[in-house]
Amino acid sequence: MSAPLIEASDLVRIYHSRKRLFSKATDTRAVDGVSLKVMPGETLGIVGESGSGKSTLGRMLLGIDPAQAGEVRFDGKPMPRLGTAEWRALRARMQLVYQDPLAALDKRLPIASQIGEPLEIHKLAGSAERETCVAELMAAVGLRPDQAERFPHELSGGQRQRAVIARALASRPQLLVCDEPVAALDVSIQAQVVNMLRDLQEESGIAMIFISHDLKVVRNIADRVAVMYLGHIVEEATSNVLFRAPRHPYTKALVSSVPVSGQRLKDRTILQGEPPNPADRPSGCPFHPRCPLAAAVCRAETPPLRWVGPNRSAACHMVSPEPTSVAA
Amino acid sequence: MRSNLVELCDLKVAFDGTTVLHGIDLDVAPGEALGLVGESGCGKSVTWLAALGLLPGKATVTGSVKVEGREMLGQPRAALEGIRGGKIAMIFQDPSSSLNPVLRVGRQIVEALSIHRGLGGAAARTEALRLLDMVGIPDARGRFDLFPHEFSGGQCQRLMIAMALAGQPDLLIADEPTTALDATIQAQILDLLADIRAETGMATVFISHDLGAVSQVCDRVCVMYSGRIVEAGGIDELFAHPRHPYTRGLFDAIPQIDGPRSRLIPIPGTVPNPKAMPTGCAFSPRCSRAMDACGSGVPELTADTNGRLLACRNPVPVPQQGRKPARVLEAAL
Repeated sequence: MSAPLIEASDLVRIYHSRKRLFSKATDTRAVDGVSLKVMPGETLGIVGESGSGKSTLGRMLLGIDPAQAGEVRFDGKPMPRLGTAEWRALRARMQLVYQDPLAALDKRLPIASQIGEPLEIHKLAGSAERETCVAELMAAVGLRPDQAERFPHELSGGQRQRAVIARALASRPQLLVCDEPVAALDVSIQAQVVNMLRDLQEESGIAMIFISHDLKVVRNIADRVAVMYLGHIVEEATSNVLFRAPRHPYTKALVSSVPVSGQRLKDRTILQGEPPNPADRPSGCPFHPRCPLAAAVCRAETPPLRWVGPNRSAACHMVSPEPTSVAA
Repeated sequence: MRSNLVELCDLKVAFDGTTVLHGIDLDVAPGEALGLVGESGCGKSVTWLAALGLLPGKATVTGSVKVEGREMLGQPRAALEGIRGGKIAMIFQDPSSSLNPVLRVGRQIVEALSIHRGLGGAAARTEALRLLDMVGIPDARGRFDLFPHEFSGGQCQRLMIAMALAGQPDLLIADEPTTALDATIQAQILDLLADIRAETGMATVFISHDLGAVSQVCDRVCVMYSGRIVEAGGIDELFAHPRHPYTRGLFDAIPQIDGPRSRLIPIPGTVPNPKAMPTGCAFSPRCSRAMDACGSGVPELTADTNGRLLACRNPVPVPQQGRKPARVLEAAL
């Protein structure tokens, strides 16, 4: 078995915030002891509601947000510190795509020069080759050659996101972190971009971390999925298994809350209450105030993420490991 | 049969001379739950903003909007305000920008009660608390005097619904009410809207791009594309057998939560620019079933034998009897 491309162990990220100027700062544990691995060419989906820490985790994996505790190893070596020359060099091998392409693109540059910028920054292509490279990248993401000189505002939302993805791919990265890349797009365009990402992955073997709140999209694109709740990974499994038979009560509610066209409101697990404020986290299991199965132990102890079946783990006191005979 | 609550007839809207809504005919019966679906820019929100006279001055609105038989278009502001909030209430996608950030939420609801129902003092407070309880705000009494920023997004949407219910409207227009919310909260709000409708018998128009959400709360659905209704019908038939290629395409583009992880089927191309509409059917450049005839003249919205409205010259054929509906979740879980 090959080594993981990126490996994170016990990552912790705490934001300090204060309500008033002189009041005591409160700590928000945005990411609280997260460990994960991504193999070369694999797609890991990270799902969770707003405030679950999924975007912070994505940024930490790229070293943009430094970890207060824990470690990220990229290709076996520890992540260099933010801003150092080593880190900059490494950024060519790992790229990030955000939700809002209009904010990620420079309004005053035609998209072709923006797509070519990483080549210049990382000195990957001379000015002569750059043009061919950009043309190839644009073709790979489905942009027409005549759109090269267009400005971002002249493109549609889907085309802008394609331009952002082309730019991210320019340095031929091994890892692409996509943070809600299709959330702002219409369904028909969303399907175009998701298919394109799948094709790119098949062709180039790039590893992807796909962060999204949309379970249907994640299921379609990811090989493995981690579910986050209040800074913790509460369940992790291959995407087919996770969505077919979720084990953690939060994942169950999440899967059941996905509206399926042509199905009426019935037999759904509707969670009571709202996700707690990350700055004021409940004791024990973070999910216990909303959990239908909560017992005394859930209020007292935080359940660790443990193995509950072949290739799957969950962090819940109430989920017992599957008997091995079922593992077929 | 009772007469319709709202009748839109040939409603057209143009911004600076560019027509964005090309004649909408739509009726809402009392107590009905109608869904309006389509992608961004198809005119689903503009239809209702125009009907309620909420569009900015540069918009030209023509046609007819009748509420209980009375014409609304061109009425003076005073007449419209009796209808808005009283007969027809509207809630929007982003609840926190619809609430006044510097007023306490209790006062905002009391304000709506005094405008629409003339309640004041203790009576208004009691009624406001009842509404807050009804929409599921926990500890309504204790949180009556908080500001909107002290509530979460889901609770702000509940506050908006409470405020919309203050005028005891006959019709609630919910414009993407769950789009900005998390999945588990979205399920709660959809549930709440369905409960309130069952309790009050109020009609609901549910505007959304999410076919899944629409199918959970609506009886009838209209699919819009580029400022026109392209298909309309009862929710079960329409979802089982979409006939317009655009509706079919929308369904195919949604990734599935179960079954094989197959490749998605996108609709090629993008929504046309209203300033440069294709001749003929607006969907024809993206349509896989387009014929030569589709390039000339807009197809009319006509009813078939089952009462389904369809504007297409070459619709998806109705499948043979006895076949299973295309997308029913099997009870495999």
